[in-house]
Amino acid sequence: MSAGLYAMDKKVGEQSLDLTKVKPYGDTLNDGKTQISFTLPVPCTDEAIEAAKQLMRKMGFENPQIVFYKELTPGFTFFVCYGSCTHTVDYTTISVPKVESTVMSMEETDDYLSRNIGRKVVIIGASTGTDAHTVGIDAIMNMKGYAGHFGLERYEMFDTLNMGSQVLNEEFIAKAIELKADVLLVSQTVTQKDVHIKNLTELVEMLEAEGLRHKVILICGGPRISHELAKELGYDAGFSMNSYADDVASYIAEEMNKRLHG
Amino acid sequence: MNQMQKSKLGLDFDKVAEAKRLAQNIADKVQQHVEGFTTVTVERTLCRLIGIDGIDVHEVPLPNILVDELKEKGLLTQGVLFHLANAMIETGLNPQQITDQLVEGKIDFRKINIYPEEQREAILQPYIKEAIARVSANRKRREDYIANMGEGPKPYIYVIVATGNIYEDVVQAQAAARQGADIIAVIRTTGQSLLDYVPYGATTEGFGGTFATQENFRIMRTALNEVGEEVGRYIRLCNYCSGLCMPEIAAMGALEGLDVMLNDALYGILFRDINMQRTLVDQYFSRVINSFAGVIINTGEDNYLTTADAYEEARTVLASDLINEQLALLAGLPEEQMGLGHAFEMDPQLENGFLYELAQAQMTREIFPKATLKYMPPTKFMTGNIFRGQIQNALFNQISIWTGQGIQLLGMMTEAIHTPFMSDRFVAIENARYIFNNMKNIGDEVEFKEDGIIRKRAQEVLEEAIELLGRIEHEGLFSSLEKGIFGDVKRSKTGGKGLQGVVQKAPEYSNPFIGLMKGETTI
Repeated sequence: MSAGLYAMDKKVGEQSLDLTKVKPYGDTLNDGKTQISFTLPVPCTDEAIEAAKQLMRKMGFENPQIVFYKELTPGFTFFVCYGSCTHTVDYTTISVPKVESTVMSMEETDDYLSRNIGRKVVIIGASTGTDAHTVGIDAIMNMKGYAGHFGLERYEMFDTLNMGSQVLNEEFIAKAIELKADVLLVSQTVTQKDVHIKNLTELVEMLEAEGLRHKVILICGGPRISHELAKELGYDAGFSMNSYADDVASYIAEEMNKRLHG
Repeated sequence: MNQMQKSKLGLDFDKVAEAKRLAQNIADKVQQHVEGFTTVTVERTLCRLIGIDGIDVHEVPLPNILVDELKEKGLLTQGVLFHLANAMIETGLNPQQITDQLVEGKIDFRKINIYPEEQREAILQPYIKEAIARVSANRKRREDYIANMGEGPKPYIYVIVATGNIYEDVVQAQAAARQGADIIAVIRTTGQSLLDYVPYGATTEGFGGTFATQENFRIMRTALNEVGEEVGRYIRLCNYCSGLCMPEIAAMGALEGLDVMLNDALYGILFRDINMQRTLVDQYFSRVINSFAGVIINTGEDNYLTTADAYEEARTVLASDLINEQLALLAGLPEEQMGLGHAFEMDPQLENGFLYELAQAQMTREIFPKATLKYMPPTKFMTGNIFRGQIQNALFNQISIWTGQGIQLLGMMTEAIHTPFMSDRFVAIENARYIFNNMKNIGDEVEFKEDGIIRKRAQEVLEEAIELLGRIEHEGLFSSLEKGIFGDVKRSKTGGKGLQGVVQKAPEYSNPFIGLMKGETTI
C-alpha cells in the first residue's frame, strides 16, 4: 500500500467527546479507525479483495483498506484490513452486572473472616466434566497462586481442596457433602460447542435436586465466563480473565458475612 | 558419555553420567515391577496385532469382549494368546473367527483343552509374522519417502488440528503442510484418555479434538501422504499413546504408519490421575511397539510447568527427562526416537527470563545429544494480548534454533482463546520459518560467557536435578510420586483409574512380540 508515510487528508469530524456516541479511536477523536483480520473461503484474486472490501462496508466500515492478503491454502485467503467504523454506542446508558465486593489483601480477608465468621470457610474447587485444564483452578487455589497473587490455599481462614481436572459433577457434589463445603468453585476452560454451558447448568440442576443449592456459595470461572453469564446460569458469581485469588477471596468473605448477618 | 563432547555451558559430563546412573537405577526398579504384570489393554493390543478387529452390535470393540470374558473367568493371568492358541488348535478357526464365536456365545474358554507349548507357538506364528511384516512395511514406507522425497529441516514444525471431525481435520492438516508444517498432531477429544477402550471407525464429532481410532489414523495418514507428495516433503503424523489404552494405540499407529506419539506414563499419572502401576506396565509395551515401528515418542514434562513454576521447578523437568530416557532405553527405544519434553514457560515478567530459558534448552540439548527433543511453547502466560503472544512465540522460536531442538511445537498467538484458526497457524509458521532462517547458525557463532548467568544457571539446574534423583532413587519412583515430587501433584500407588485392569502373569504367560520387536528373538 503506497499511501505515503504521512496522512495528508485534513482531519475533520467532531473534536469533542460525546459519550452518547462513542466510536473507536485511532489517533484522532471519532476517526472510528479499527483493525480487523479474517479469512474468506475463496481463492486469492482481485475479486477476493473486492469481496473483503464489500464485507468491511457491510460490517459498517467506511473507507476499507486491505493492507495485507495471502492465500493460506488453495481456496482460502487471509486479509488484514483497516476501516473507519460508522457505528456508535451510547456509553451513558450501559450498565453491566458485576461482582460487588471490595477487594481486600490476603491478610485483610483472613482478618475479616476471623472477626465476622469466626471459623474456617470450607472451599472445594475443580475443573469439572470432561475439561482437562487445571490452569484456571490452579491459578486461583494453589498455594503459589498466579502473577504474584497468592492462591486460596495460602489463606489461614480457608480450608481448601482442589480436586483437579475431569471431576464429574456427581463426584464434586459428593465431596461437597462429605466436607460440608461452604463454597464451590468450578473452573471451565474448554468452551468448544458450548460444552461449558451444559456442564455448568447440569451442576446447578443437580445441586437443586439435592436441596443444596441455597446452602453453598456457588462460583464459576474461566476465560469465557462473565459474571452476567454466571448469574444467568444460576451461579452466585462468575469470574473471568484478569481475576485473581484475592478477588475471589474477598467476594467469598463478604458473601459469607452477608448470609450470616444479613 | 562421549568424551569428545564439549559443553558450551561448562557442564561437567561426569556429573551428567552420575545423573544418568541414578536415573537408570530408578528405571530398573520400575522395570522389575513391570515385568511381573500384564493389563487388559496390553492383552487387547495382542488381539489387535493378530488381527482381531471390529465391534459388536453395542459398538463394544471385539478385543474388549474377548479380554473381558477371560478376565471375568479368571483366565487372563495366562494371557490372551495362550487361550486363543488352544482354541485355534481345538477348533481350527482363526483368532477373528474365535472372537465372533464368543460374541455369539458359542465358545467357553474354560472347556478348551491345553495343548503343548510348541503347538501353541506354531499355530500363532503366521499371525505374528503378518503383524511384524505389516509394521515393518510401514516403517520402510516412511524411510523410502524420506530417502526419495526428503523431509523438513530440524526443528520440525509441529502444529495441531482439532476440529473434532476427521474430514475437516484433513482440510486443516493439508493446509498446514502446504504452509510449512512438518508434523501434524490430531488432538484427541477431551476425555478419551480415560476410556478403557478405543472407539471404532471414522468419527465426525468430538470436543476439543478428534477420537483416536484406527480408521481416523488411516484417513489422515493417506491425506498426509497425498499432500507430502504435493509439497515434496514427508509430513509426519502424530497422535496420543497415553491414557488407559497406551499400547493399543501404539499398535494401531504402528499398523497405520503413524510417525510420532505422545507416550508418557508420568504424564498420565500426574495429569489424568491414571493408576501408576497400570500405566507403567502399559507404557513398557507401547514403547516396545513404538521403538520397532520407528515412531518418535514425545514425553510430557512440559506439563509440570503448567502447575509448577518453570524457574523454580526446572530441575524436575530435567530429572523426569532423565528417568524417561532410561525407561525408554529399557523398552529398546533408540535415542533418536526420544522426543524428551521441555518447555518455554517462565513468567515473561521475569528479569533475564530469556537467558534462563536459553540455559535450560542448551543444557537439555547437551545432556541428550542424540534425542529429537520436543520443545513446547508458552501457554501458561499467554493472555488475550495476541500481540505480546506473537513476541513470546518469537523468543521461543529463537531459543529453539539457537540450541538445536528437534521438534518445535509451534505456539499460537491465540492460545488461551480458541483452537487455532487456519490463519493463526499461518502466522505461527511464518514466525518460525522467519526466525529459523534468519538466525540459522547463531548457535555456532555465539558462546556463553564463563561464569556468566547462562552457564551458572545450567550448572545449578543439573546439580539440583542430581540431588533430586538421589532422593527418588532412595525412595523409589512410586513412593516419590506419592509425595508429589513432580508438578506439585500427589498420586497414590493404589489410587487413580485403571488399577483393576492389572493382572499378575502366570508361568505360562507369553508375549512373543516383546522379544521380536526388541530384536532379541526371531520367528
